[in-house]
Amino acid sequence: MAEPFLIGDGMTGGYGTVDILHNCTISVEKGQIAVIVGPNGAGKSTAMKAVFGMLKLRGGAVRLDGEDITTLTPQARVRKGMGFVPQTHNIFTTMTVEENLEMGAFIRTDTGIAGTMEQVYDLFPILKQKRYQPAGELSGGQRQQVAVGRALMTQPKVLMLDEPTAGVSPIVMDELFDRIIEIARTGISILMVEQNARQALEIADKGYVLVQGANRFTDTGKALMADPEVRRSFLGG
Amino acid sequence: MDILNAFVAFANFVLVPGLTYGSQLALGALGITLIFGVLRFSNFAHGDTMAFGTAFVILFTWWFQSMGISGGFLPTALLALPFGIAVTIAMVLGTDRVVYRFYRQQRAKPIILVIVSAGVMFVMNGLVRMIIGTSEKNFSDGSRFLLDPKVFRDATGLAEPLAIKTTQAVTVVVAILCVAALFWFLQKTRTGKSMRAYADNEDLALLSGINPDRVVMVTWIIAGTLACIAGTLYGLDKSFRVFVYFGLMLPIFAAAIVGGLGSPLGAIVGGYVIAFSELLVTSAWRKIAGYILPDGWLGDGLYQALSTDYKVAVSFVILIVVLLVRPQGIFGGK
Repeated sequence: MAEPFLIGDGMTGGYGTVDILHNCTISVEKGQIAVIVGPNGAGKSTAMKAVFGMLKLRGGAVRLDGEDITTLTPQARVRKGMGFVPQTHNIFTTMTVEENLEMGAFIRTDTGIAGTMEQVYDLFPILKQKRYQPAGELSGGQRQQVAVGRALMTQPKVLMLDEPTAGVSPIVMDELFDRIIEIARTGISILMVEQNARQALEIADKGYVLVQGANRFTDTGKALMADPEVRRSFLGG
Repeated sequence: MDILNAFVAFANFVLVPGLTYGSQLALGALGITLIFGVLRFSNFAHGDTMAFGTAFVILFTWWFQSMGISGGFLPTALLALPFGIAVTIAMVLGTDRVVYRFYRQQRAKPIILVIVSAGVMFVMNGLVRMIIGTSEKNFSDGSRFLLDPKVFRDATGLAEPLAIKTTQAVTVVVAILCVAALFWFLQKTRTGKSMRAYADNEDLALLSGINPDRVVMVTWIIAGTLACIAGTLYGLDKSFRVFVYFGLMLPIFAAAIVGGLGSPLGAIVGGYVIAFSELLVTSAWRKIAGYILPDGWLGDGLYQALSTDYKVAVSFVILIVVLLVRPQGIFGGK
């Protein structure tokens, strides 16, 4: 089997001396959606941060398109084509929506920034309406759209989302998931951590169930949904 | 009752000096607020940075005067200003390189940086005393008045004169230019926006590929420039003494905090709030009251709430009230 587009292979590591991740493997194919689910404290966000280089690994490797990027800083990974949307503090609250997007494109030196911005506005039409409004004044769902839009401005090949639907209403959540599917259709790989396991697995090409920092179940989203043990343990029956 | 004379007296003793002093405080407070926003600490050395810059402007002014170069009716110090700014920028960048950068790399807490800046303040204060001495220096030249009080009186026939000193006009004009340039820079340029982004959310700014070293450098350059300009304008308007500048730190901090630390607009408004409060409380209102009150109502007093010696107390009181009632300041800083 060919190597996945992005893979965190056998990652082991943690914040201090205690390991949180134990030989944990996360990967995503080109243009697909991979979702990490699991109980609280399972190391979901930690696994994501490890893939993005915000965590020092004691073992394992991270490879993007076959290239070993284990030792790169998060900033360097952004330049390699990875976009990251943190769970909180993921927008510049005092700056307008448009300025947020501009800052997202800060590392780009080409002339296509305006075009990318139009694409983001096509994806999230509400942002175009509110382009001159400070992002801090927007609703929770709109802020998440700004956050995702900001990350898209670098034209990433992989978009990593840390609980994009945390704290938004169910209707907004459905819409965000729809947008995420749309993004994946454009060829961008999506790796996301989700609290709302059921809805997330429904749209996932691949699902990872983590328990205590290790892979417990790995399969397609559909298969995981159908697995009685996964259902009983993690999806509430 | 003589409203016109009362207003002219008010303008002469409160409005014009208040606008001038407020502009000087605003420029100083802008430096404080920018450093706070980007570097996340209160820079106690700012008053002495102003003194340092002004000292060099004075030295350059003397040098120019000795060569026979003058600014005509404007103060020669305006010609010396760019050179003073260059020296100040070199000084603050040097200080950052030698002192602050170390603590930044240690990710030191803000309180540690505040204490460090107090150390820098003492060193800079000593340096300035060694370079230019402790005595009072007057370096204002050019014509004294833009609007001569005698001319004004002859032209209007009013009993009260109105004087606008050249240095006062220069202060307000330069302050407006500086503020306009600064806001244009922060709102419209890529570097300015990246500074705001860095001040807003450091982690996300790093994720967006904004270079922190560059943001810090630009911030110091702007803060140094503003400090040198503010100090020079204050020195032209009044006079230069190292210890007066050291004391200026209080009203400047009060201005920055009243407006909301981290908010440039707040720093400007705060500057005028502090300046006018000081003047309103310490002015002698007798003359103005004399024109407004009916005949015979005026008593013997000066109608002065506080002696000018106590004007520092005004900043203190405002500072304490703001910190108690609205610690985030008028424009909601941090």
